[in-house]
Amino acid sequence: MLRIRNLESGYGTLRVLKGVSMHVNPGEIVTIIGANGSGKSTLLATVSGILRPAAGEILFGGDSISGLPAEKTVHRGCALVPEGRQIFGTMTVKENLILGAYPARKKLGRDGIKAGLERIYGYFPKLKEREGQLGGTLSGGEQQMLAIGRALMSGPRLLMLDEPSTGLAPIIVKAIFRIISRLRDEGNTILLVEQNARAALAVADRGYVIETGQIILEGSSGELLNNNDVQRAYLGKDYKSISE
Amino acid sequence: MAFEQVLQYILSGVTNGSIYAIVAIGFNIVYNTTGIINFAQGEFLMLGGMTAISLSQFMPLPLAILFAVIITSLAGAMIDFVFIRRLRNPSVLMMIIVTIGLSIVIREMALHIWDEKVRSLPYFTGSEVTSISILGAYISPQVLWVLGVCGLMVLLLGLFFRYTATGRSMRACSSNKTAAGLCGINTGNMVTISFMLSAAMGALAGCVISPITQTQYDSGTSLAIKGFTVAILGGMGNSTGAVVGGLLIGMLESFSISVLPMAYKDAISLAILILILFIRPSGLFGSREESALKEF
Repeated sequence: MLRIRNLESGYGTLRVLKGVSMHVNPGEIVTIIGANGSGKSTLLATVSGILRPAAGEILFGGDSISGLPAEKTVHRGCALVPEGRQIFGTMTVKENLILGAYPARKKLGRDGIKAGLERIYGYFPKLKEREGQLGGTLSGGEQQMLAIGRALMSGPRLLMLDEPSTGLAPIIVKAIFRIISRLRDEGNTILLVEQNARAALAVADRGYVIETGQIILEGSSGELLNNNDVQRAYLGKDYKSISE
Repeated sequence: MAFEQVLQYILSGVTNGSIYAIVAIGFNIVYNTTGIINFAQGEFLMLGGMTAISLSQFMPLPLAILFAVIITSLAGAMIDFVFIRRLRNPSVLMMIIVTIGLSIVIREMALHIWDEKVRSLPYFTGSEVTSISILGAYISPQVLWVLGVCGLMVLLLGLFFRYTATGRSMRACSSNKTAAGLCGINTGNMVTISFMLSAAMGALAGCVISPITQTQYDSGTSLAIKGFTVAILGGMGNSTGAVVGGLLIGMLESFSISVLPMAYKDAISLAILILILFIRPSGLFGSREESALKEF
C-alpha cells in the first residue's frame, strides 16, 4: 500500500531523514518507534505532504505521491493525524468532524457524512456528548479522539498517526490503542509513529526502529519486543534484567 | 429633546452604523480565513463607488453597480495573487503591513485615475430632496437602501459561513491552517475567495452609500478606521458583533453632536477603540474563551 525508498527530507538545509526505506502492506498496523528527534514525525510530515522530500520516492497504492501537497495527498486516501492533534479549536466538535469529510464530501453526500459521524461517535461516545462544544475546550484525550475521528471521516485507505499517546493519562492511552487495534480488525491499514514503544508494539504487526534519520532495525512486533537493543533503549530494561 | 429630534438622531446613527458594520464585516471575512486584518478594506469601498460612478455614464445604474462589484472583487483577487500568495512563510504581522502599503498604493492610483474631485452616484430612488417621514423624522429613501443592503449581506454571510462547505472551510483555515491542509482544503484558494468576497461586499457598500456620503479617492481611509473600531468592539471575526458594534458607534456619534462640538465626532470612535483595547480586547461578542484559542 505504502512503499518508501531512500527518502531524504528535512527542514531547510537540515537533513533529518537520511535515506529511509520502508513499506506498509494493506490491512496491517506498522509502527515506527524511535527517540525524540530521530525523524519519526518528519517521516510522516513528508509522506503526508506537509514537507517536500529532498530525494527518494514515496509510492502510495502504486502511484508516486512524492512532493504532492498535503491537500492533494489526503484526496488520494492517505490521512494524517498530526502530532499535537491540530484540531480546529475555534470550531465545534461536529464541525471538526464534518471538515474531516471534506475530501470525500462529493462522494459521501449529506447522508454519507451523517453515517460517518455516527460511525465516529460509535468509536468515541465522548465526542457525541461534546458535539456542540468548541474543539479547543476539550481535554487532551478528547482532542486526540477528535483528531483521529476527523481523519477517519474521509474514509482513508491509510491512516497515519503521529504520537497519539503524547501527554495523555495511561488509561486514555489504553483506550486509544484499543480503538487503533479495533480499526485494524475492521480492515483499516495504519502507520503508527510512537515514542511509547511498549504500547505501540503491543498492537502492531510489524515495526521499524528509527535512529538519527535511519532505519536501524525492522521486524515483526514479537521479534522487536524480544530484541535486546530494543529492550534496553526503548522498553526501559537494564542490562541485568536482559542477561537474566 | 423633542421626540422627533431623538428619532432623527437615532435614524442617522443607524445609517452610519450600518455602513460601519459592513466595513467591519469586510475586515472579518479576511480575518476569518487568514487571521490578518486587511487595512485596504476601506479602499474597496472607494474603488467600488468610483468604478460605478464612471461606469454609470455608459450604462444603467444597476448594471454599473454589478460591474463595479465584479471589477473590485477581481482587484481583491489580484491583491492575493500578486502579493499575499508570494510571501514566503509570511507572519501575520508581515501580511498586515503589506495591506497597509497596498491601501496607500490603491489610494494614490485612484488619485491618478479619477483626480481629487468629490463625486457621487445618483440616488437609487428619488433625488437628494426626496424624503420619507417616519413618525415625524425625515429620512432619505437611500437610507432604507443602505439598511436593506447591509441587513441582507449580514444575513447571507452568516448562512454562508455556517452552512456551506466553502464557508466552513474558510473558517477552518483561520482556525488552523496546517489542519485545514490535512483535511484536503486548498488553503491558498480559500484566501483568494475571502479577498474576493470582502472586496465585493465593500464595493457594493461603497455604491449604496455613495449618494449619501459621496466618494473621493481617499474616502476609504476614514471608513476603514471606523470599520476597524467596530470590528474590534464587536469582537474580531464576529458578524453579529459587527452589526451591534456598528449601530452602537453610529448612535454614539450622532448623539454626541447634541452635546459636543461636531468636530469631536470622529474622536469618539477612536476613544472607544482605545477603551476596548484596554478593557475588553476580545470585544463585546468575541467570547474570551474563543479569543484565547486564537493566535492573533
